Amino acid sequence: MKITTDTFKDNARGALVNPGLQQSMAGVKRYYVPARATAMAKLPEFDALRDQARDIKNHTLEHLDLYLEEFERKVVENGGKVHWATTAAEARGAILDICQAAGAKIITKGKSMVSEEIALNAHLESAGLSVVETDLGEYIIQLRHETPSHIIAPAVHLTRADVVETFTKAHPHLPADRPMDTPEVLVAEARGILREKFLAADVGITGANFLIAETGSTVIVTNEGNGDLTQSLPKVHVVLATIEKIVPTLEDATAILRVLARSATGQEMSNYTTFSTGPKRPDDPDGPEAFHVVILDGGRSELIGTELQDSLRCIRCGACMNHCPVYQAIGGHAYGWVYPGPIGAVMTPTHLGVEKAGHLPNASTFCGRCEEVCPMRIPLPRMMRHFREEEFKLGKQSGLPKLALRLWAWAAARPALYHFGARLGVGALKVWGMGRGRLTTLPLAGGWTAHRDLAVPEGGTFQAQWAAGKRPIAAKAASPGTSESRAA
Amino acid sequence: MSGPSTIARDRILGKIRSGLARGQDMSQDSARRLTVQRRLGHPPRGIVPERSLLPHVQLVETFAERMIAQRATVERVPALEQVPARIAEFLRGQNLPALLRLGDDALLNALPWSSESTLTLEHGRAQGLDTAGLSHALVGAAETGTLALISGRANPTTINFLPDTHIVLVEAKDIAGPFEEAWVRLRSQFGARQMPRTVNWVSGPSRTADIEQTMVQGAHGPRRLHVVIVG
Repeated sequence: MKITTDTFKDNARGALVNPGLQQSMAGVKRYYVPARATAMAKLPEFDALRDQARDIKNHTLEHLDLYLEEFERKVVENGGKVHWATTAAEARGAILDICQAAGAKIITKGKSMVSEEIALNAHLESAGLSVVETDLGEYIIQLRHETPSHIIAPAVHLTRADVVETFTKAHPHLPADRPMDTPEVLVAEARGILREKFLAADVGITGANFLIAETGSTVIVTNEGNGDLTQSLPKVHVVLATIEKIVPTLEDATAILRVLARSATGQEMSNYTTFSTGPKRPDDPDGPEAFHVVILDGGRSELIGTELQDSLRCIRCGACMNHCPVYQAIGGHAYGWVYPGPIGAVMTPTHLGVEKAGHLPNASTFCGRCEEVCPMRIPLPRMMRHFREEEFKLGKQSGLPKLALRLWAWAAARPALYHFGARLGVGALKVWGMGRGRLTTLPLAGGWTAHRDLAVPEGGTFQAQWAAGKRPIAAKAASPGTSESRAA
Repeated sequence: MSGPSTIARDRILGKIRSGLARGQDMSQDSARRLTVQRRLGHPPRGIVPERSLLPHVQLVETFAERMIAQRATVERVPALEQVPARIAEFLRGQNLPALLRLGDDALLNALPWSSESTLTLEHGRAQGLDTAGLSHALVGAAETGTLALISGRANPTTINFLPDTHIVLVEAKDIAGPFEEAWVRLRSQFGARQMPRTVNWVSGPSRTADIEQTMVQGAHGPRRLHVVIVG
């Protein structure tokens, strides 16, 4: 895929004035945020389950080498094959080899973000294979030659009108005047076309939500059932997964499943959770004859033992992006690589380097909602701060903010001067506001006032009010919806 | 195993080990291995939500309620002998052909199908044009209203996904609280650390919300999921 992290600011600006995208992003906020809240409210143990999920993954990462060895042993014992890949290129190569050895022409695919990460489709297609995405959202964006803008709702940036246009173009054999006015008929149309692909496919490729060391099983979670048709109909099933997907036991996978769907879509469980172990058994009337697991590192092993290790707990539920005011405003494509939102702002510089993507963590208000909703309790703000520091070390900041920061740091180390300056500033803002309570323009802060007003401080400085026994901050924080209206 | 894969394997595991050595004492390899073997041999059960710890009668009721909440239809049938008639009736009610795909399940085979002379049974794995399929679930988990189905001659996994209508028989005695019940049953049936090729947890008919977050049933798998609770 084309990486556009470099032009993040321009991407974001474009996103903000794209009416179709803005309509779609409003839907994300309206749908996913309350859905998770409702699911959480129905399960009193939810927070305890999050702690437990975090602990399971921490234990797993501390013994990652041993659990991976056990997983491999069990896959082989069950008649499957494991292919290790250090890099994206190795993983692509291994999968192409499997497809070619099977004499494959048509490949069906379940949804897999790792396959986006390694740009698998382009590689298989360049070798003459036909690759069909079967998750409805993935199918739509594949037809449009786009990439997913969300890790679990890949076509969330599109409106129904976009889908109608796409299907009209992509399915010319169907009558041009067919009704396409409801999601139901669009889904039925895709179902009909993809059913033929499922039945014709030679190889089915899926990702994995979990790899289970106890049994050598791989797990996928879907609502559509597309992953199941992908992996049970063709004669070869290939699973592509990264090293951190492993958990020790069936019980551990079960424990994490209790927080996965609730965090993702607000469902208590996704409709289909499937555990696959080896190829079909001699007595089985269906299932694949061959079972391959491609285990990709892709730079993840380097995070073990570092301040970024916690990011390997991620189960790709998408809650951090659903709740992020920045993601809600600009969507996923602006981030410029595979993983958007707060987890993307951590993963992208991890994988592409600080030089190329170290500025993504600046697109955060540090409101902390991502960490608040993360089922695996990943300290995303702390990690974004880490990358901010790394980026600062590169010294790429422009002169003015740098000078301002230096000035501020100098003043902040001199309390008397700082307080005097703060009093002066508050007074100046009040005068500038001329009693209207807000400012529409402010020198040096045009980036802020161009889009919203700046509230004029009420009363004296924070320090002065605190000294006088007032606690204005506590009172404000208690009023709900404050951050909501600020984000809007 | 191929050469490049082995090289990659050693490199990946080596990198993980040197990373871990930054934070922990890796010289105690046997202690680490023991911890891992213990967990794999005796998987600890974590927090089980209280909602799944109800008396059995209530578990069956909440199982049915939660399946319905997930857009399945549910009917209770007092005895196994009545199942063929009720299934024939259901197919008629849905205006579906009197055709039923099923595997070679002992319990399903023993049902008095001959009483339904108009109903045609087709045994074996599902085909692309099957209209209705019948499976026998291993367990029903009341925790969320989830069926656990296992693949094999008895219940081919394709029956769960290809037919437009999926009917699942679950005996009331097999309805439990938490999901973990499925693992208990599987370990006693297949042995420790063994699994059938496929275990499907099913919590409703196939659906998608990929177009404007509008819920549509029947994305790729069955449009209808009908659960028959017997007993």
